[in-house]
Amino acid sequence: MAGTAVLGRVTWRSATVVGLHDETTNARTIALAVRDWPGHIAGQHVDLRLTAPDGYSAVRSYSIASAPSSDGRIEITVERLPNGEVSPYLTKELMVGDDLELRGPIGGWFVWRRDQTEPIQLAAGGSGIVPLMAMIRSRASAGSSAPFRLLYSVREPGAVFYRDELRALSDQDQSVIVTYAYTRVTPKDSPRPPGRIDAALIATGTWSPNLGPTSYVCGPTSFVENATDLLIAAGHGRENIRTERFGATGERK
Amino acid sequence: MSAPMNYLDGNAAAGELGRIFAMDITSAEGQCANCGAKGRFAEAHLYVQCPGLVARCALCGHVLLRLVNTQQHVYLDLRGMTYLTLDATQQQEASS
Repeated sequence: MAGTAVLGRVTWRSATVVGLHDETTNARTIALAVRDWPGHIAGQHVDLRLTAPDGYSAVRSYSIASAPSSDGRIEITVERLPNGEVSPYLTKELMVGDDLELRGPIGGWFVWRRDQTEPIQLAAGGSGIVPLMAMIRSRASAGSSAPFRLLYSVREPGAVFYRDELRALSDQDQSVIVTYAYTRVTPKDSPRPPGRIDAALIATGTWSPNLGPTSYVCGPTSFVENATDLLIAAGHGRENIRTERFGATGERK
Repeated sequence: MSAPMNYLDGNAAAGELGRIFAMDITSAEGQCANCGAKGRFAEAHLYVQCPGLVARCALCGHVLLRLVNTQQHVYLDLRGMTYLTLDATQQQEASS
């Protein structure tokens, strides 16, 4: 075991952009090398602070997409919001070598720890996939055998993040079973017309409550409300469902 | 209530609260001073469209916490919770 860092007060750190790649036409993954990074737990987020030359600053939260590692690097995936103040800069103008101010890791509740062995149900709405992907990657890198399922609600096939990696993980040994729910446009071979997730999809695309799963639901507030209500109606206990909502204001990604 | 869904989770306050407290408040269990409901602070409803942060009980809507930053001060109002129970053993996971 490498060192375990006891949580302490969260302070601003300096981070350097070490990699950029586009996930979709609208979203970019940013790899950061963070000074004195203490490590994180899958599901945690960071706050980024951007300061303009006139001193105006803006803080936004982004979930960490990468698995915990000891190399001081993390990845976030940022979706460009049409009227966003920060996301257009991060997804279009930011370059490798640029420095950012960052604080974290943050949050101790919406996390999956490697010693959890129960079945895990993940439900993502749009870019809500990001912290859930960190959990999927953490499971793989830790060699965990916890059974994972992902229900991923997304506008259209072109808006899916991490598609190839998810396919590889689900093909490999069925260790992560992925079900897509397309809300606007479906692929040609889709068995289901476009639409929000519903009780029928919960019945076929998620673990039965009898298996005692813990569920993690992340997405826009309306998605989280709907998915959580459907899981509870299907027999899941509210105490076994953890949620992370983000708003249309782009305050939370 | 016909209020729009314009709230986040208590999770989203973790950065601001992390400036103040050495232990993670969002995974702590708190009790609403109004209805007595117990829950993780992460599951409170958080409103950010205001000069600061307001957390409300997910069940009864009572204000649990208000936090406002100015140039000079941080104002913290915790009157909406009768107590918080924090995990004294919490650690980051070992990176391997």
